[in-house]
Order: sequence, then C-alpha cells, then structure tokens
Amino acid sequence: MHVKQVNIPLTDEAIADLRMGDHVALSGKLFTAGDAAHKKLVQYIGQGRQLPFSLVNQVFYYAVGTPPPPERIIGSAGPTTATRLDCYTPALLAQGLKGVVGKGYRSAEVAQAMRDHRAVYFGAVGGVAAILSQYVKHVRLAAFPELGAEAVYEYTVVDFPVVVINDIHGGDLHLEGRKVYAVTQD
Amino acid sequence: MRSVDVATITKVVARLCEEANFYLEQSVHSAFQRAYEEEISPLGRDVLTQILANAAVAAEKRLPICQDTGIVLVLVELGQEVHVSGGSLYAAINQGVRDAYQKCYLRKSVVNDPIERTNTKDNTPAVIHCRIVDGDKMRISLMPKSAGSENVSTVKVLNPADGWEGIKKFVLETIDQAGPNPCPPLIVGIGMGGTMEKAALLAKEALFRPVGQKNPTETIAHLEDELLDAINKLGIGPMGRGGRITALAVHIEVFPTHMSSLLVAVNLLCCAARYKTAEI
Ligand code: SF4
Repeated sequence: MHVKQVNIPLTDEAIADLRMGDHVALSGKLFTAGDAAHKKLVQYIGQGRQLPFSLVNQVFYYAVGTPPPPERIIGSAGPTTATRLDCYTPALLAQGLKGVVGKGYRSAEVAQAMRDHRAVYFGAVGGVAAILSQYVKHVRLAAFPELGAEAVYEYTVVDFPVVVINDIHGGDLHLEGRKVYAVTQD
Repeated sequence: MRSVDVATITKVVARLCEEANFYLEQSVHSAFQRAYEEEISPLGRDVLTQILANAAVAAEKRLPICQDTGIVLVLVELGQEVHVSGGSLYAAINQGVRDAYQKCYLRKSVVNDPIERTNTKDNTPAVIHCRIVDGDKMRISLMPKSAGSENVSTVKVLNPADGWEGIKKFVLETIDQAGPNPCPPLIVGIGMGGTMEKAALLAKEALFRPVGQKNPTETIAHLEDELLDAINKLGIGPMGRGGRITALAVHIEVFPTHMSSLLVAVNLLCCAARYKTAEI
C-alpha cells in the first residue's frame, strides 16, 4: 500500500498532487473543531473579529474526543460527520483553510467550494478512535476554553492515517467508490 | 416476589456501560473477521483492518472504541415477580450511567433539551424502555447509541399494498442515502408492523440480536438474507469508500398490525457496534 507523506501547513503543490483514494500520512498540526467551535468561528467572521488562530493553509479535524484518562494526553479521538458542518465550511475556506479531516458526505455545494478554494477533504475511519489517538503526540488548547471538550485543540500528529475523499480535480471517493463495487440488482 | 435492590441495578448498569465502550461484542468481532476475508475492495479491507486493530487497542489500553460514547439506550425486561427495592428503578439506571461515564472517562454527549442544548455533564438521562415480562428475573440490555448512525435511521408509513417489495425499496433507499455517514459496515435493525413507535422499538431491539443469529421464523430469516444481499450490492462498502461489505447483518423483527397499516422502521448501528446484556 503506497502512502503519501504530507506535512501541514499544506502547500499548493502537495494539494495538487493528491487524488481521490490516495492513502496519506499527515504530519503537523490539526485543529479539532466540532459543531460548537464552528458556530463560534463563523460568528467571529460575521462580526469581522480577528480569529483566535490563523486558518491559512491549516487543516481542521472534525472531532470531539473523550476526556483524557490520567497519564494520557487525550482519550479516544476519531472523526465526526462532516455533513453537519457543511453550513459553516465555505466561510472557513474563505479564511484560507486548506483541508479537513472527517467522515461522511459533503454537500455538492461544499465539495464545489472546496475545489474553488483548492482545499482537500480527507477521510479518517470512524469507529477506530482508540488507534487514531495514538498518532497524536502533543495537545494544546488553541481557542474557546469555555466550550470544554468542544474547545479547539491543536493536535500535533505524526503520520496520521487518512484517505483522500474529495480532491481538487473533481474526484469524490464517496460517489465514485461505490460505482466500482455496485452490482446491478434486478 | 423476589427483591432486587437498586444498588445492584446501578452497579450492573455501570458495568455494562464500561464493557460496552471498551470491548467489542464477540459476535460483531467475528463478523468483522469474516468481512475482512470477503471484502474485495483494497480500501474496504484497509478500513476493516483498522476496525479489528482498534478493537484490540481499545480493550488493551481501556480506551473507548469510539469517541462518540453515545446517549445510553437501556431496554429493561422486568419480571413481574420482581420487586425493585430501596429506590427508583429509573434513578438507579441513571446513577449507573453517571458513575461509569465519570469513572471511565467516557464522553458526555447528552444535552438537556433539543432546542436549548445545554450539556448535562454526566451523560444522563439514559433513554429507558421498560417491558414487564413473566418470571422473577430482570434483564438489562444496554447500548451507547451513536448520533452518526441514529441520525440517518428512518421510519415510514407504507401502504399495505406496497408489501415486501415496498419495504425492501425503503430500506435500500435509507442505506443508499446514508452512504458513508453511519460508518458502515452496519448492523441493520428493521421493525415491521405494530404502530409507529412499536415499529421503531422493534428495529432497536433487533440490533441487540447477536450477529449471525437469524429470525426464528424461516420466512423472515429468508427476507433477512435477501435484504443483506441487496444492501451489499449497493457497493457503498466500509466507510463508504466502495466495497462489497456495507452491512454485516440484517435483523428483522415483526409484530401484528392493523389491517390498514404497514409501518416500517430502519435503525442503523455503526461499525462501533457496542451493546451488552446482563441478567439480574
Ligand atoms: S457513527 Fe461512526 S463516529 Fe459515530 S459512534 Fe459510530 S463509528 Fe463512531
């Protein structure tokens, strides 16, 4: 299995090289964001306030982990459904966000917005949060401590395993993959 | 009358919450191993490899299988010869949930109200369904139910004339539209008949049946096979990345219904299929 090594912040060249279905090992910083953090970020943008951290060339991880047990930096932290965050995504792309890690469908509108902004949708496997947490080497609270578990955390990851779902060339693994394996039904 | 103390109930519920979140059910684990053998899609096999590896790490390190440790669903079958002593049954169950979610560092995902949405901070209340049955035993079945798979579950009022073909079409539409969102491979629970809430409850109960066990009525078991085959022909595959294993099992439960009704509910359970049962 060939795995492409990709560093965050993302570069235009790295993004252009990614194709639907590619295995990617992400290294660098991922910002966690769930529903509450998205709502706040988009409120900030609407009010013209400066964001607590720059989104330029960054990658969001749609995740709200479990509380860390003693002697661990995080609990289990796998991806949540991207579809719920579709309504917020275009505003964040406009701020320079270049990638998101999640699971589940993106709307056609968001998929188009991602292509327009040359941003990539990476899929992490849902339901394997215990192993995914092992790729997180360091954690820092990045914004919105008042949101508790839903605050934005900066995860420093090494070789975090994802697959490209939506690339900038129009590929969409969720739509294309099933066509390959579908069997005609009578 | 047999007396069961509420403290015992709290302890059992806490233990079930803990076990469900850390240890994948055996029949589900075996089903994933079989799925790995059968899956022909490389991306699908990669997902299944991760699911099996995750089960081992979760159990060994006592980490939750998935970060969505759910809203706790509890089905109680209460023998009519049982006397619950020392307090309230529902309070005892909620205390068990509270204890486990605190002690085991599980995520608290429950909000107080569908509109106001303030986190209750202890993952209570659980959703509890209690059924009075014969005997002097109490059976508690518990499932930390994920939003991902619950959010794409469906209930529909069909026309009796639609029959099995109509049901099949509705189930396939549900899974087709859900695609990657409920984290397939799925367990598909289907409730047919009764009234609207009865069909929904049957669909939920169906999820607790061990994978590999068919409905005891042969005709229904046959329909389960037929539907599983049709679902896996959709090509959605593990995590919706394309493949032949979209569901591990289809479990159908039926109940008599009104001559003019055909109610169908489809409740999906994600690949983090977590449930445990205990008898007191
Ligand atoms: S739906 Fe996916 S993310 Fe949610 S609990 Fe299930 S496996 Fe985890």
